[in-house]
Amino acid sequence: MISILRSMWLTFLHVFHKTETVEYPEVKPYLPPRYRGRIILTRDAEKKERCVACYLCAAACPVDCISLQATEDEQGRRYPEFFRINFSRCIFCGFCEEACPTYAIQLIPDFEMAEYDRQNMVYEKKHLLISGEGKYTGYNFYKIAGVEIGVKGKGEGENEEKPVDIKELLP
Amino acid sequence: MSLEVRMVKITIDGKYYEVKPEKNLLESCLSIGIDIPHFCFHPALGSVGACRLCAVKKFRDIDDTKGRIVMSCMEPVTEGLIVSVDDPEAKAFRASVIESLMTNHPHDCPVCDEGGECHLQDMTVMTGHNYRRFDFPKRTYNNQELGPFISHEMNRCIQCYRCVRFYRDYAGGKDLNVYASRNHVYFGRHEDGPLENEYSGNLVEVCPTGVFTDKTLKRHFTRKWDLSNAPSVCVHCSVGCNTIASERYDSLRRIMSRYNGAVNRYFICDRGRFGYEFVNDEKRIETAQISPGKNKKPEPIENEQLLSSLHQLFSRNKKIIGIGSPRASLESNFALMSLVGKESFYHGISKKEYLLTKTVSDFLQNSGVHTPSLKQIEKADAILVLGEDLINTAPMIALALRQAARNEPDKEAKGKGIPLWNDASVRELAQDSRCPIFIATPFNDSLDEISKNIFHASSAEIANLGYAIALELDKKVPGVKTWGKDIQKLAGIIALSLKNAKNPLIISGVSSGVEGIIHSALNISMALLSVGSNVMLSLVLPECNSMGLSFLPGKSFEEAVLAAEDKEIDTLVVLENDLYRRASEESVNELFDRSNHVVVLDHLINKTTQKADILLPAATFAESEGTIVNNEGRAQRFYKAIYSKNQVKESWRWIENFLKISDENNSVSWNRLDDVVDSLVNELPLFSKLKKYMPDADFRMLNSKIPRQTMRYSGRTAMNANITVSEPKLSQDLDSPLSFSMEGQQENPPSSLVPFYWTPGWNSVQAMYNYLDEPDASMKGGDPGVRLIEPSGGSKNIYFNQAKGITEVQKDEWLIVPVYKIFGSDELSSVSSSILQRIQEPFVLMNQKDADMITLNDGDYVQLEILKISLRVKVKIENSFVTGLTGLSVNLPGMPFIDIPGFGKFHKL
Ligand code: SF4
Ligand code: SF4
Ligand code: SF4
Ligand code: SF4
Ligand code: FES
Repeated sequence: MISILRSMWLTFLHVFHKTETVEYPEVKPYLPPRYRGRIILTRDAEKKERCVACYLCAAACPVDCISLQATEDEQGRRYPEFFRINFSRCIFCGFCEEACPTYAIQLIPDFEMAEYDRQNMVYEKKHLLISGEGKYTGYNFYKIAGVEIGVKGKGEGENEEKPVDIKELLP
Repeated sequence: MSLEVRMVKITIDGKYYEVKPEKNLLESCLSIGIDIPHFCFHPALGSVGACRLCAVKKFRDIDDTKGRIVMSCMEPVTEGLIVSVDDPEAKAFRASVIESLMTNHPHDCPVCDEGGECHLQDMTVMTGHNYRRFDFPKRTYNNQELGPFISHEMNRCIQCYRCVRFYRDYAGGKDLNVYASRNHVYFGRHEDGPLENEYSGNLVEVCPTGVFTDKTLKRHFTRKWDLSNAPSVCVHCSVGCNTIASERYDSLRRIMSRYNGAVNRYFICDRGRFGYEFVNDEKRIETAQISPGKNKKPEPIENEQLLSSLHQLFSRNKKIIGIGSPRASLESNFALMSLVGKESFYHGISKKEYLLTKTVSDFLQNSGVHTPSLKQIEKADAILVLGEDLINTAPMIALALRQAARNEPDKEAKGKGIPLWNDASVRELAQDSRCPIFIATPFNDSLDEISKNIFHASSAEIANLGYAIALELDKKVPGVKTWGKDIQKLAGIIALSLKNAKNPLIISGVSSGVEGIIHSALNISMALLSVGSNVMLSLVLPECNSMGLSFLPGKSFEEAVLAAEDKEIDTLVVLENDLYRRASEESVNELFDRSNHVVVLDHLINKTTQKADILLPAATFAESEGTIVNNEGRAQRFYKAIYSKNQVKESWRWIENFLKISDENNSVSWNRLDDVVDSLVNELPLFSKLKKYMPDADFRMLNSKIPRQTMRYSGRTAMNANITVSEPKLSQDLDSPLSFSMEGQQENPPSSLVPFYWTPGWNSVQAMYNYLDEPDASMKGGDPGVRLIEPSGGSKNIYFNQAKGITEVQKDEWLIVPVYKIFGSDELSSVSSSILQRIQEPFVLMNQKDADMITLNDGDYVQLEILKISLRVKVKIENSFVTGLTGLSVNLPGMPFIDIPGFGKFHKL
């Protein structure tokens, strides 16, 4: 008897608590920036594609759902000719983001990706590439790499000496 | 030949091992399976101790606890040697070497083509260095443009000197060197320009970093872990180097060398490495086509319709003729022979080539003279090259000769107690001393620099020299002295040298097109054999399966034309052969005109395929399994790297369709390659070894097939998702024990089925060591391939009569000999876009005096009249030609078939 009354009392008290239910989709929940949702490809501060088509994300992906092909522009800058993620396979583990040496691929707090047709879960580069820098700003891989691709000449990158003059005779 | 080698006992980290004495410590450790990081040591290039990475600790005796650090690559193994690889000080030393190399290494891995198969990455992980403590700026270099094959990114260099040691010391290149000094050393050319050496592509594999990378791969770049690979065999010359062919997204991405201890070992030539692009070419025939009427443009056709059209062509009682090809596999040629019958099977090569090849093949089968593998060529100690321009017709034999040249100095070094792996010292000691190599060719080539005597003369004179040497060796050789004193004297020198050698080697080939040269070479080897010499005879043939084809019964192309003249042909089947490269335009046209229906199977559109009524897409080496026989008589199998999804099929599969139609009792049912091989063996017992030594399609390791893909293969669930999101069923390979998958037994497959090299910790090509008995030796379980001909005991004393001298040269006429080019003279590789950039326009070579006579200068154009053909060619001055003799490039794109040697005239333009 006592325990029944006690339960009723406790239940009654909940009327005065803050509600836990979120009225999704009318109300959107707060998701932290590092939430692992939909994947994007970002651009650097100069609005150039960040991805250098190194294939590391594809290799890291445990379900092998990233596929791409590298190509180069006239200046030798490498970028993906196509970049495809099959989200019907993706497990949102974030390994790709972790593997990426250029901050190109990022997982963002968006999970609203449901589709009636599974085929629509296949995202190509045009669906993935955004025009901003995403979560990580400021980094431009090509300024640090040793290659010369139009972004900088040889020896003009961060922490680089002028190219060696091989005809110089000084000891 | 298993000589018991005295082993020495050494102690490594407290454990006892028995190792071979003439090795260095690093090599010994690698062969036992102890990983010591290293850069500059390469089994083919020896040690120089430049990189300091292979440090280990050596102890004086058991009581020595301190020890001292030594470089394992410079340390001979001696009885009782005590070393430690795991010693903390040695480990710290190695990590610090990497750290200091890394102070200047660029932050490039993601955009570096070496990444994923980088020896530097492997070594960095192996030594444990992981964080850059050095804050100062990095050194940078400007790069060079090195031509269509190789990219250059000097920032990545770690100064191991492997590149120049390979390019200059091993391959005899001149235009790559090291410049500047101290921490500024630079590896490159004196100026921008294509790397000239014929083996430059090997820099890709030799350089442990991404300084030299494959430029053709860059156009469709794929990481090593994403490639689907197959063991393959090079189809661009008769040497048959082993290769790895790699696919991604249904296109062939690159060719790398595959180790075969008896053939090419670590290296291949540039024709073999970069010639692959023809497989992806837009001229590829990918659908079956049928032409609506004579000389009308063919239209694509579906399979059912095709079958009914074929029915008309191959029903019984038709006169069907089959023309095979020296560039098609044994199985495809055999299938065609079964279809048309032995009497109606033609080899599809010119009569001249047919006769010469037949002579060679019969001689090797019956004479008892041994034909050496490339490895044995490297061991020869006196060599005679008769009339063959090896660099251009069999490039890897030329490279083997360069190594053979070192046998003499090697002996000297041994005498002085210098181990042979101590490369710098051995070369220093050798200076210019070389084992005797004699070269007799019409003109100069880059091998001349390693030869003791050079003899540049006309083919007739070269043949005479050959006869003179044979006569000098054995008085029983038939021959009349028609040669001068010079030749007699030279013949004496050469004969003596060959007679005194332990392993004399005669090299010749059919490229000269002169019977006398072949005959005299055979006479010399026969004569040497009869005096009990351990003679070896290597004969270069024109194409990758010339030898295999010669083992099948059949006749020359000219006889096919005769047969057609006799009686009209109902159906003519041409197998992977552009006949316009084999005979004069008229005779090929005549054959086509006298055939009611022409069925052509080939890879690429060419003049012959344009004559086809039915054109069928034939699989290349990259899309099929097949066997080819190299000039040594070694049968080797290539496996498909690409699973072709369209109508492209193996030629023998197409022909099996025809057979099913023509043969109503259905006596033939070939479901897979092994069935064809079975039929072949039944028909011709010579091939029975194929069954014994080549794993058939049912071969399994631990109940599974051998995977073509690495364990890191990526994109499996996404690469076809744009077409359909459900993953397709894996492609099945009926013909081989390899699978198009990453599942299965990866470790140590049989040597002929190694699709790629990988072992834990070793992602670069150096992973290869783990597939070998020891560096530089045979592969585990024996080298791939099987020799179909072995010397059959007693010699039969076959001597050839001396050929008659060539008729006198007419006034105003020149004797024209063929000049082959590594880039251009081979049909398929010439289509490759990178090689295309290195192909010259058709040219004639003549000496300055001759040119002066008709007032020509280098670079002028002349109209050449030869055998009713008129051709515009460029003049090049080559002073090694004797007067009256000129050379004409062979088979370069745009040139018709010309039957040379022959006589021609020039008109200045
Ligand atoms: S989040 Fe994980 S499963 Fe999804 S693409 Fe990235 S690595 Fe692959
Ligand atoms: S890891 Fe980053 S840079 Fe490399 S391919 Fe993936 S997205 Fe591009
Ligand atoms: S050479 Fe090797 S370590 Fe250097 S950038 Fe290339 S992949 Fe990275
Ligand atoms: S270019 Fe390559 S092979 Fe040559 S020294 Fe540098 S790292 Fe070594
Ligand atoms: S491998 Fe021994 S010093 Fe380089």
